[in-house]
Amino acid sequence: MMNDTSDLNRQSTKAKTVEKAQPTGHPPDGEGVSIQRVLLKTALLFLIVNLLFALFYPMDTLGKASLYNRLFPGRTRLPYGDNPDKAYNLSLFNLEAMFASHEIASGKKPADEFRVILIGDSSTWGYLLHSNDTLSSQLNNLQARHPDGRRIRFYNLGYPVMSLAKDLLILSRALRYEPDLIVWLVTLESFPSDKQLFSPLLQNNPEAMAELIEQYKLNLRMDNLEDHREVWERSLFKARRPLADLLRLQFYGPLWAATGIDQEIPATYTPRQEDLEPDEGFHDLKPPHLAAGDLALDVLAAGVSMSAPTPVVIINEPIFISQGVNSDIRYNFYYPRWAYDDYRRILAAHANQNQWRYYDFWDRISNAEFTNTAVHLSPQGSRDLAGLVLSAVLGTVQTTRKP
Amino acid sequence: MQYILVFSLCALAIGWARPRKAFSAAVLFVSLLSIFWLQPLSPVRNLDFWLPLASIGMTCFVWAVTYPGEGRPVKQILPGLILILCVILGIALTRYLEPLCCLTQSRPPTIEVILVASASILLGSAAVFFVLPARPAFLWITIAILVGLFVVLKSEPIVIKLSGWLRGIMGQSQTLAAPTDLAWLGISFLTFRLLHVVRDRQSGRLPAYSLIDFAAYALFFPAVISGPIDRSQHFMSEMEKARASQTDVGWQNVTKKNTLGGARRILIGSFKKIVLADSLAFFALNAQNAEQSTSTFWTWVLLLAFALRIYLDFSGYTDIALGAALLMGITLPENFDQPYFKQNITAFWNSWHITLAQWFRSYVFYPFTRFLRTKHGFLPAWLVILSGQALTMSLIGLWHGITWNFLIWGLWHALGLFVQNRWSEWVRVRLPMGSISPQAQMLLKTGGWAMTFLFVSLGWVWFSMPTPELALRVFSRLFGISG
Repeated sequence: MMNDTSDLNRQSTKAKTVEKAQPTGHPPDGEGVSIQRVLLKTALLFLIVNLLFALFYPMDTLGKASLYNRLFPGRTRLPYGDNPDKAYNLSLFNLEAMFASHEIASGKKPADEFRVILIGDSSTWGYLLHSNDTLSSQLNNLQARHPDGRRIRFYNLGYPVMSLAKDLLILSRALRYEPDLIVWLVTLESFPSDKQLFSPLLQNNPEAMAELIEQYKLNLRMDNLEDHREVWERSLFKARRPLADLLRLQFYGPLWAATGIDQEIPATYTPRQEDLEPDEGFHDLKPPHLAAGDLALDVLAAGVSMSAPTPVVIINEPIFISQGVNSDIRYNFYYPRWAYDDYRRILAAHANQNQWRYYDFWDRISNAEFTNTAVHLSPQGSRDLAGLVLSAVLGTVQTTRKP
Repeated sequence: MQYILVFSLCALAIGWARPRKAFSAAVLFVSLLSIFWLQPLSPVRNLDFWLPLASIGMTCFVWAVTYPGEGRPVKQILPGLILILCVILGIALTRYLEPLCCLTQSRPPTIEVILVASASILLGSAAVFFVLPARPAFLWITIAILVGLFVVLKSEPIVIKLSGWLRGIMGQSQTLAAPTDLAWLGISFLTFRLLHVVRDRQSGRLPAYSLIDFAAYALFFPAVISGPIDRSQHFMSEMEKARASQTDVGWQNVTKKNTLGGARRILIGSFKKIVLADSLAFFALNAQNAEQSTSTFWTWVLLLAFALRIYLDFSGYTDIALGAALLMGITLPENFDQPYFKQNITAFWNSWHITLAQWFRSYVFYPFTRFLRTKHGFLPAWLVILSGQALTMSLIGLWHGITWNFLIWGLWHALGLFVQNRWSEWVRVRLPMGSISPQAQMLLKTGGWAMTFLFVSLGWVWFSMPTPELALRVFSRLFGISG
């Protein structure tokens, strides 16, 4: 009975509370509410939000706000994906977001770590390789130690598309993470001037690239970059796609954490071309000789200069050397022999002249270990290259060792 | 998004234009256009035209078969036939009007073929309406046809065979036949609306509707994709209310209220569907990531994402449907009532896909348990309940597709409902509500909620996986048994 009474009391109190909660001065739905006013307020709000967004353009700040390295483990390579649904990864162009999702941004550099970052193209990134098989993973598997006892930890900051300017842009951000050594893997296809600003990553980061061009007086044409500085271009409406990309990158985080997959690797693929066209051309250059001016050596020099005092090891990455039809004219799909031979000669001479640490591994990997292009390696090829790179790194470490 | 916008504008136009007598015709007009527009493209040539036409044919046929009473007034059928024919021919003619082509995903077939097909359907329905006497046998045949068609379309091997046959007719390669070839827009919901009408006709509860009213109910554009499965009597009373309110003195206030209420519901639904559900879809459990996942913790995350996603997606759709209907002054029944907050599985099924559950309760569970009680009175009550729940939930499972996994999912819930039923009986007898402390009550409620949510979430493993083997692998992963 007592319970019944208290229930009744509670109900009565509840009823009063509900009565009080009714907004007495507020008209019920549909009465006193002007649809025109609702629409006008909506339009005004839309305009204000867009203008404020354009004014502050917080894309970098938003890019830094990442769930990676907090809720999800950091990615072992920069986000890039041809088929996001299968790769649990996507290509986006917000450098802050790209780095924030990477394991290198997981926190302060441990005291016992000798940090080596790898930059380069899709070969360094590990195209058609599981994240455990990339060059950086293979190097980490070797569990090398610095002579002073620190473990040498390699970070994969390679990114698809062959362009030294793209590498330079990534390097400019990577330096924040206090590398002790930089390994820059290059190939001739990264050097032609017309290739430099072609990368979508640069096209979508024109201000950052323009700064680098200006700062290092690079011989690159600025008008190849789109201008994103108009108010309209910076509005929230216009930024909806990159904003959606930021969110999508976060949404793929649980799948990265659950599966460790960050690339769709098909069971079969078209292998690198063995028989070649009898074509001696290389971009718009003609035989017989390549000149130093044909190559973006200034970009490479800018990278070395920007990194100082951190040492940079430059490596001419391995290429597939065809034995098929017209292999007397070309080494592979990318390179005619005359251009590639000249490139190696020029780069070696330039490195020697500037006292760069340069290693040429162009023919050091077996042909059987190249996959779908003349630069992409199989897991075994990646392992073999890791051995070569590690010896170069240890050689450099010995010579640059602190007392 | 464009679909939501277009349909909302259409609904708004019908709500504000006050077509009064032509209200049902306006609703049907948009509904007819919508089933052609929304029908997905099929690799089988012209199927994106023939499937909506078949939906119209089924609707007309069922209307003619179920029309009650002795009289067969021409005014009940003629305006509907004319309107339907005009719309079909109008869509067919877009084939020849380049800027307008096409409302359908692919170019419609030639006008001659469409004329013959439409005339056959419409004249056939008229013949059934005027000539065939109303006999119970016809109603049973109609049920058999509808159920048979439903079974065919929900069974993958049969769909592949059927697709191969259709491809053969169209002169296409039969080897490429796939289960997705026959993705028939809204067929599950349409079939169940029609079945309900036939059953109501059998029990003498069906009023006489005009063809226009009936087709507007069966093909109602806000509910054509994902329901809710309204009952015809309720829908007609809502249409009547909407029609009547358009002649009221204060119609503007009512329409404004409906507009604001409908718009708010559509916005909420769009947010749930497009923002929340589509975001969760990125990492919700599916056959692909289930095989790839190597972590127990993250597999749980994927499963919970699926649980939330399926709710937000479906309830978002329902909100949009209810909002669009409200723009026209029609209140459709609710399909969800915070199902994930319920404290037992019975309450969950009273708040999840409510209209489907009610449909099965009315047409399967009650008749079946009544049958068991009257014809097999010696059976114990618990066995009657178990049998009724097992049958009902199995059919609800198979409604989603005839696969082992959907069947197991249904049985999983049947078992849950049965155990909960027995448990609540046991508790009711031994622990009357007044006899336990508020703290214990709170604990029971919280425990009930957690158990229910966990049970439902684990049930989604069966639902989301294509095979029992893969589902078992997911269970192994979830409980840390494998790796």
